[in-house]
This record gives sequence, C-alpha cells and structure tokens, in this order.
Amino acid sequence: MTTATRTIEELANREYQYGFVTDVEAETVPKGLNEEVVRLISEKKREPAWLLEWRLKAYRTWLTMTEPTWQNVHYPAIDYQDIIYYSAPKKRPTLNSLDEVDPEIRATFEKLGIPLEEQKLLAGVAVDAVFDSVSVGTTFRAKLAELGIIFCSFSDAVQEHPDLVRKYLGTVVPYSDNFFATLNSAVFSDGSFAYIPKGVRCPMELSTYFRINAQNTGQFERTLLIAEEGAHVSYLEGCTAPMRDENQLHAAVVELVALDNATIKYSTIQNWYPGDKQGKGGIFNFVTKRGKAAGVNSKITWTQVETGSAITWKYPGCILQGDNSIGEFYSVATTNNWQQADTGTKMIHIGRNTKSTIVSKGISAGHGQNTYRGMVKIGKQAHGARNYSQCDSLLIGDQCGAHTFPYLEIKNTSARVEHEASTSKIDEDQIFYCRQRGLSTEDAVNLIVSGFCREVFRELPMEFAVEAQKLLSVSLEGSVG
Amino acid sequence: MTMLDIHNLHVRVGGKPILQGIDLSVSAGEVHAIMGPNGSGKSTLARALSGHPDYQVTEGEVSYEGRDLLAMDPEARAREGVFMAFQYPVEIPGVNNAYFLKAALNAIRKHRGQEELDAIEFMALMREKATLLEIDPSMLSRSVNEGFSGGEKKRNEIFQMAVLEPKLAILDETDSGLDIDALKLVANGVNAMRSPERAIIVVTHYQRLLDYIVPDVVHVLSGGRIVKSGDRALALELEDKGYGWLETSA
Repeated sequence: MTTATRTIEELANREYQYGFVTDVEAETVPKGLNEEVVRLISEKKREPAWLLEWRLKAYRTWLTMTEPTWQNVHYPAIDYQDIIYYSAPKKRPTLNSLDEVDPEIRATFEKLGIPLEEQKLLAGVAVDAVFDSVSVGTTFRAKLAELGIIFCSFSDAVQEHPDLVRKYLGTVVPYSDNFFATLNSAVFSDGSFAYIPKGVRCPMELSTYFRINAQNTGQFERTLLIAEEGAHVSYLEGCTAPMRDENQLHAAVVELVALDNATIKYSTIQNWYPGDKQGKGGIFNFVTKRGKAAGVNSKITWTQVETGSAITWKYPGCILQGDNSIGEFYSVATTNNWQQADTGTKMIHIGRNTKSTIVSKGISAGHGQNTYRGMVKIGKQAHGARNYSQCDSLLIGDQCGAHTFPYLEIKNTSARVEHEASTSKIDEDQIFYCRQRGLSTEDAVNLIVSGFCREVFRELPMEFAVEAQKLLSVSLEGSVG
Repeated sequence: MTMLDIHNLHVRVGGKPILQGIDLSVSAGEVHAIMGPNGSGKSTLARALSGHPDYQVTEGEVSYEGRDLLAMDPEARAREGVFMAFQYPVEIPGVNNAYFLKAALNAIRKHRGQEELDAIEFMALMREKATLLEIDPSMLSRSVNEGFSGGEKKRNEIFQMAVLEPKLAILDETDSGLDIDALKLVANGVNAMRSPERAIIVVTHYQRLLDYIVPDVVHVLSGGRIVKSGDRALALELEDKGYGWLETSA
C-alpha cells in the first residue's frame, strides 16, 4: 500500500471529533406523524391560525407525495412514523444574557469549540444558537435592531413579525415544492429569520449554529432571509452533530429573497455526523435551499462546504428573476468512508442579462460517492443570459467514485453557457514532492486538497474559511504572499 | 568530516536493478558532480537518497551525519537537512508558492526545535533570498510551479533550496532544459550556497553546468556503478571524448 493511501486510511479512520451527547431533559411529542402532531407542534409554538393552516396544507400534500428516487444515493427506507417530530429543551429559558444559558448546553458549545461569548467578543459575530429545536441564546439583537435589522429565531419572528413571515414564507420554496421540503413545511420546529431593511448594509456576519441532540428527533429547520432594496447581508450557517448509531433525518428549508440591488451571501459549513467507518449511522441530510433574486441587479451567492452527513441531498439554487441579477454557487463536498453526496445547484434564468457562476469541487475518499448534479435553465425572456459552470472532482484512493450530471435547458438563443469538468487523482509525485520538502504525507494531502478547493474557500468569510480548512484538516492558504 | 557515506548501494526501480554497488563519500564543504550517460543511474541515485518510494534499496548502507539515512522517511531526511532539486518539479494547483515554502520551512524549523517563523518574518526572508537569486517576486504568489516555464521551475527549486538552507543539497539534472542565461542564474544561486558546512551533489549529463559550478570531485556512473572518479579535469576529458571512452576502458 502506498503511503498516500495509508494516510488517507488514517484520516478516514479518525474518530468523529464532535461525537458526544448532551444530557438535557427534552420535551418531546410522541413518535410518528399525523394531523394531530402537526397541530400539537403549532400549538406548542403558539402559532397564529394561518400558519397552522399552512402547515396542514403542507401535511396533506405530503401524504400524496412519494420520496424521490432519482438521486444517486442509496439508503435504507426511512420509517416516517418512527420519527419524533418535535423536541425542545425542557427548561425553556427566558434569557437576558448568555450567562443564563443552561450550563450543560454551554459546555456543549465549548466542546464544539464555539463558545458563544468568544464568538461575541472575538469574531464580532451575532449568533443565534439553535440547540435542538428551540433557540437558547441570541446576541447582538439590540445592536442590529438599531439599524432596523431583525435577526431572531423563526419562532420569535412568527410572534413578533407575523406580517413579514406571512408575506414571504413559501414564496421561494412553496409548501408543495418537493417531498422533503413539504415535510419540513408541515413539521418545521424552528430556525432563523433575518430581515435587512432598505439600504442597510448589515455591519456583521450573521451566524447560526445548528445542532441535533435529542435521540430520534428529526431536525426540521426553517430559515427565511429577506434583503430589502439595496440591502447587503452575509449569513453563516454551520453545524456539527453528536455521534449516533441510528440514522437521523434532517430536512431543512432555507428561503432567501433579494429585492432590487440587494446582495445576499449565504455560507454553510455542514458537518453533521457522517456515520462510522463501516457506514453505520450518520445523518440523512435532505435540504432544500433556494434564493430568489427578485429585484433588478440583485445578487445571491451560495457557498457551501459539505463535509458531514451519511447522505447529503442538497441543491442550493437561484431564481434569477430581476434583470441583471446574479446567482453564484461555490461548493466543496467531501465524502469519506461510506458517505454519499448528491449535491449541486439550480440556476433558473428568467430576467434579462442574468448571470450565474457555478464552481463545484467534489472530493471522494474511502468508499465515498460524490455526485454533482446541476441544472442551468434559461427561459425564453432571458436575453443575454450567461452561465459558467466548472465541476472538478478529486479522487483519493481507488474505491471511491465521482459522478457529474449537468442539465442544460436553454430556450433563448442569445444565451451563453459554458461548462467545464475535470476529474483527477491525488498524484503520488505531488505527495513525494511535499515530503521531500519536509511535510508529512498527511500535511501534503491536506495542502493539495486545500489547493484544489481554493476557489471556493476564498468565497467564504474569513472566520468561516478558517473553520472550513480545519474541517478538511487543511492549513490556511494565502496567509502570506 | 564525512557527511554522507554510501556503501555498496543497490537500488531497484519497478523490480529492475539500476544501481549495482555504489560507494561514495561526501564531506561538508565539498561539491561532487555525478555524471554519466543516459540510463547509467545518476537520477536513481539522487532519488534513492531522497527516499522516493518507487526506488527500492535492496542492498548496502547509507550513513548521513553518522545516522542510517535509509531508515528515515523522506520527510525526516528533509528535516535533517537533505534537499533534492527535482529534475521535473511537480505542479500543485491552487497552493500558493510562498505558503508552501513557509509550511516546509516551519516543518523543518519545528523539527530542529527552532521557533516557527510568522508571516512577516518569513516574507522578509523570502525577499532577501529572492533578491539574491534574482527571482521575480510575483513568482512567489503564484501556485507552486503551475504554469511555470521549464526555467522558472528550476529556478524555483534553487530558490526553495536557498530558503530551506539544507546541509546536503542534491541537484537532479537541474541544468536540463535550461538556456545559457537561465543556467548561469541557477549556477550563481548554487554557488552562493556553497559553504564549509554544506555538501552539494550535482547530477548532470553535461559538462556545461560544471563550467559555472566548479566541482571538487567528479564521478562517472556507468551501468549502475561509479567507474571513474577524478577532479574537474575528468569532466573536461569527458566533454572531449564522450562517455564511450570510459565504458570501454572501465
């Protein structure tokens, strides 16, 4: 066996660092899904009648839908009646400061290396921490409120800003969108909400950390982000999850709305528990993320670093409705051991002179299977639309796989669409070259991988880039020179 | 004092015996040239000394500063001060040249118990060495060897050598593919590195490089063995008579 393969095996065999369970009493509803459960969730959250109706419509639609099978991933059948659809830490805190957060939860965050107060002090990041399904800490709200920015849990938004929620909820991802999004619409528990008013440039990165905790609890997050005319916002989402034997379903929905001249940058680090070396356990991550660049000159950028989950099913897309609007997708997806990822994007060009850029980097190691699936759709009215797509795959070892499925649908002859794809293996000569300069094989692999991902990492906000590199065990690029 | 002592070294590549009993002793402060016709095993010797995994040592010993070199990983050899300038430097797309070199230097410094250099100290060192070797600073911010011309790649190797300051530098056909100007620049770089504490092994097919890097000892390899050693005059003689002369007289 070559040294490179050996190191990969060592990397692959490394225990998941963030695997631990926090012992916090949870308040849950019984297993299974029916109308009663939907009503119970809505009731527990003291929701207005219109939202309950919306959930019920979703639930009834979901009953008529079947789970998609087109994706290039394989997993045992999910028993939707064996899932607990709601769980909240029992002591619902009403907090004035972070000091009042349950010490055990605080300790959990410490273990994750994301102590809230440090985040606050060092990073200048406002953190809306979602622990299981209920927010336990929110910072910077007051400061943001001065600018008219609303940043809170989804539940709080429903209570405090029901008109905004009602106006935009489901306008980008309708409740009938797809099997998993529809399920989410029926049972979503909590998530984040952000609203940036007209002309306001959000002065800090908005950030949430998600975490699954209570056993058997599906995580159904719902995020809604609205940037009014001329508003700018950068939003960070990152997560880790505790080690579990049985599979956990995660079906989140994220909706973004950018009005005229607004810019939204949405960055994700996804590090849910990937399962063990034998492929046992791990999160099933079925996510629907979509942004509507509704206004002229609006811009939406998705950047994702997907390192976790047993199954990743995720296609953050942009509806480029406004003239001159721009959609971007930058992605790094790694699959190791028995992980499977089927991820990519959808760029829907509707307005004139709309532009989209897709840069996808897939890294497969172990028995990992990595699929890029991307759609570029150029509508009849989308004169002058342009798309550039680049899909690169890096294979480490000889038991993994990389697959690329680009779909193009072009209905306007003035469109320009470019697609480039490459597949490469980590070269033994590259590794030897690094070792001859004094780097270990592991550092060499990390270096080569980080170089491969560079175009995506440079799109990440600085503090996130650091975390992303750590996650890929890569050293930081570009600190010199 | 002897830095490198090679005794009866046999090396196979892909099962095929290439080196068949090399004996060579190199002391600090010396420059040795290894010459020989194509396929004589010159590059094999360089790569075996640097620990390339495809080069399998089947017999013999190599002692480096009194230690068993062959028992060390390639990275351990590098950290102990063995540097090889590659005949074909590889490209590492997306990895910044300066960043790469900083990581390498700090791995070596850490091994030696020295403090790692921070970005500012490192940049100062880079600038100093770049001036010394007449390297265009823009080369440092490009990806490692990516899109470099043949000459740029070789100069980058010498630049790395200057920054890493090895005790034993092995130049594997660094002159191949260089025009005369590039050759002079590379030679100047190597000459600037000559010191009583450092040993340099220059592997080359042509005498030409030795006009600029004047060796203390010249060895001629043929059929996996050193068939003749001498001083600089030997290289000139080879230039005159070609390798055929040696092969018949050996």
